[in-house]
Amino acid sequence: MPNSPEALLVGFAHALSAAGLPVTSDRTHTFIDAASRLGIGRRDHVYWAGRATFCSCPDDIAGFSRTFDAWFTPDESGGSRPAHEAPSTVTQAALEPGDGTGEDDDALAATVASAEETLRHRDVATLSQAEKVLLDRQFRSLTVRAPTRRARRTEPYGHARIDTVRTMRDQLRRAGEPGPLRFQRNRIRQRRLVLLIDVSGSMKNYADSLLRLAHRVVHSTEHTTEVFTLGTRLTRVTRALRTIDPDRALLLAGEAVPDWSGGTRLGDVLGAFLDLWGQRGMARGAVVVIASDGWERGDPELLADQMRRLSSVARKVFWSNPHRGKAGFTPTQGGMAAALPHVDSLVAGHSLAAFAELLEMIADA
Amino acid sequence: MVTDISTTEEVAERLRSVGYLSDDGLATVAYLALSMHRPLLLEGDPGTGKTSLAEALADSLGRPLIRLQCYEGIDVSQALYDWDFTKQILHLRTLEATSAAGAHAPEDVERSLFDERFLLARPILQALRDGPSVLLIDEIDRADDEFEAFLLEVLSTNQVSIPELGTIRAAHPPVVVLTSNRTRELHDALKRRCLYHWIDHPSFEREVAIVRARLPGVPQRLAEQVVGVVQRLRNEENLLKPPGVAETLDWSRALVQLGHTDLDLASAAASIGAVCKYREDLDRVRDSLNRLLAA
Repeated sequence: MPNSPEALLVGFAHALSAAGLPVTSDRTHTFIDAASRLGIGRRDHVYWAGRATFCSCPDDIAGFSRTFDAWFTPDESGGSRPAHEAPSTVTQAALEPGDGTGEDDDALAATVASAEETLRHRDVATLSQAEKVLLDRQFRSLTVRAPTRRARRTEPYGHARIDTVRTMRDQLRRAGEPGPLRFQRNRIRQRRLVLLIDVSGSMKNYADSLLRLAHRVVHSTEHTTEVFTLGTRLTRVTRALRTIDPDRALLLAGEAVPDWSGGTRLGDVLGAFLDLWGQRGMARGAVVVIASDGWERGDPELLADQMRRLSSVARKVFWSNPHRGKAGFTPTQGGMAAALPHVDSLVAGHSLAAFAELLEMIADA
Repeated sequence: MVTDISTTEEVAERLRSVGYLSDDGLATVAYLALSMHRPLLLEGDPGTGKTSLAEALADSLGRPLIRLQCYEGIDVSQALYDWDFTKQILHLRTLEATSAAGAHAPEDVERSLFDERFLLARPILQALRDGPSVLLIDEIDRADDEFEAFLLEVLSTNQVSIPELGTIRAAHPPVVVLTSNRTRELHDALKRRCLYHWIDHPSFEREVAIVRARLPGVPQRLAEQVVGVVQRLRNEENLLKPPGVAETLDWSRALVQLGHTDLDLASAAASIGAVCKYREDLDRVRDSLNRLLAA
């Protein structure tokens, strides 16, 4: 354990960084300034100084408090203790052992994949360089156009609406002499797009490709796309997917998701999305895409309720189901059947061609 | 500059004197914002008192509150300044009417047009130009990315430049409070500039104290009953829109207005619309009022 107060505080900043908080040197600087203004004699002063400077969203607070306790609790054993709180995917994923297997696997057995498809679904970590390049090129070949909306601001256009301000300004420039009229229209802006990707056991083979697709979309729109994963819990992976290299982005996203290949509680998780993000504004007027096979472990009634809420705030709700494209598919699974009345369109989601079609629909939404 | 506040307790005390009860964390962060001259970024569920903190800060410091409500598509001419075209044209006409042709050099006329008189100061310019103030930038998450970048520039230098006039620097940098409802993630650059605080719902005792402080006409017993029911609605009932402190205050006010000094089934059912704003919530709460009141 370092001795001088400053070293102690800087050490704490390093521990926070190891715990996954967005620590930068200027933040550390601000923290030390704040702590010294309050006086570092009191534990709660240091706590609040750190929390105000290092946290930038509510998700950060739990990790901060844990690391704070670990770092500033007097150590009885005398030795230094590792302050690493790196998010572990393995321990948390084991929370629901066995879920997402059984009948779900039967559904997977029906999936017939071509050689190209196998490649697409393999674990990123085991891919060779050539395979990575091929995958990358495949996803790059998809055209992404963001959905659009009318903005409040205007731009010069056409001959329909007179722009009084610009007309006046021109006239002013000519010292009040009347001149030609100026026209305007509302600008076009990108509409918000929300991707909700099911990463439960039954979607294991598709989750990777869907995240790759999400990565491609995130990087082809101007900060208007948000990505969440659904399973037994809700995880926001937008920040991880902003990483430019797709393989690294997928690894980061994989680390952020605690319930990879677990069970599904679509209704609950969708409810959580709407409570925490959607109803406040993220889903309002947005195009929402749910990528899931609709295997619902919870109550289908609850899922129907939440889907009704979602469709009442969103502009369009698309459901991409990997089994939709297969012969003999009928949307009869409990979850899928319950959700269907509140979905604008049910589309396939099992191949690049299906993704391209989905992207078309999003662009025209 | 706020030089007369030197401890966290003093901030809490001042806020209390204007009817805003803060907890330790909030008072500490507010103190840091004042002493470090950093903007304060507040997040929290609707109705937890983000906006009213800015109002209370302004009140307790004796400074005017300047409020900028953000919305989609807000731009510099609505946040910073605009030229008053109509007045400028009138001015031109007056010049024309009162002087013979050629009496004014064109440059002089132009210069006289872009004078401070014709400048419409919007909230941010007001906050920078007029003495010490509290600048509330409400619901920043509703504005666009570009606006955030512009804001960052103003917040970090406390000055703006107007091409026709020059640079305007704040003699007394305003205390800046930003609020966000988290409909989108703010830029990291902006967050780094700010001190961050997440406002939680208050505890039972503090919420009762808030009701008593804000509404002195509400008897202690009624305040406790109302807060008891609201806290259970918030924590246990799984409502679409859990009530915030603002709803607690509304409900207490409504009950007093109706002449009730006690919360019973009849008075609760009659005024529950002050707490629940969704039909589904109303149905659920009406069904369980009996149980909630029995506790």
